[in-house]
Amino acid sequence: MSQFILHKENTRGHANHGWLNAHHSFSFANYYNPERMHFGVLRVLNDDLIDGGMGFGTHPHDNMEIITIPLAGAIAHKDSMGNSAVIKSGEIQVMSAGTGVSHSEFNALADEQLNLLQIWLFPNKKNVTPRYDQQTLDVEARHNNFQQILSPNQDDAGVWIHQDAWFSLGKFDEGFETEYKIKKAGNGVYAFVINGEVTINGQTLNKRDGLGIWDTDSISFKANSADAEVLLMDVPMEL
Amino acid sequence: MMQTTILYIGRDTEITIVMNRLLNARPEWKGICVCTDQEAMSVLETQDIDLVLLGNGIDLECEQVLRKRIQELKPNVKIVQHYGGGSGLLYGEIMIALG
Repeated sequence: MSQFILHKENTRGHANHGWLNAHHSFSFANYYNPERMHFGVLRVLNDDLIDGGMGFGTHPHDNMEIITIPLAGAIAHKDSMGNSAVIKSGEIQVMSAGTGVSHSEFNALADEQLNLLQIWLFPNKKNVTPRYDQQTLDVEARHNNFQQILSPNQDDAGVWIHQDAWFSLGKFDEGFETEYKIKKAGNGVYAFVINGEVTINGQTLNKRDGLGIWDTDSISFKANSADAEVLLMDVPMEL
Repeated sequence: MMQTTILYIGRDTEITIVMNRLLNARPEWKGICVCTDQEAMSVLETQDIDLVLLGNGIDLECEQVLRKRIQELKPNVKIVQHYGGGSGLLYGEIMIALG
């Protein structure tokens, strides 16, 4: 029998720092909710709005798989591995922090707001050599399809990380129905609605709602609006 | 105010400096941050520590030795893994550890 947890948009943690308007699906920084610590190895799901030209100065990370998906705008990234890049909407960035890395992240545009999802997963191996990657995604390939954008495998679609996790993005027409098969036994799926309204396993979800489902090998999906856009995070449930 | 004394052990000097700043930014916490196991044991022998955070770069063998030595010396001290190397997860980790 599958189990689920529903995180409605308005129950997320919220921090407005002026230049940064952040919503946290799980406990992060000063937002602490012991009921919202993680979903399996998914530890952080931040939905950040960052004013033009503003951002996070150089700061360190270690032992975390950090995935950044810009939804609107562009991020300027610089890190201690020598990478300097701009990541735009339609692209994905991944950083395995491992033994330690420092980076900065700024809104690359002076007069446009940046909206990004930043996702942190616990790694399946500690103290790996830090690495960085980014990829341009074929946005058309996610029309009425869950397009894989991340996996544990270097030779598979999307970026790869040190964890048995798979991410997929889809953009759907109203009324489109499909089934998503979980990639690995013991994994669960955390679905995050980027836009529109969808029904997953009988639960109606709206923009920025999250639904975690586990103890199952597949989920049913239906788009209820013309602009439905969903990120699926298929992650190990055991830490 | 009750102050919780937290010992952070991590190999990366830069991250350790940041952790020291973060832990000592809150009046309810006192942070002591070191990079070597020898320094860590010296702190544990001379000061009252409530919580040990194991940070970056500590390999499995060193971690096992550290945990054993800490438990032998201060069996009531809680030991938790710190992930992320910054402020994002720190508060939650400490709150959970302290119950």
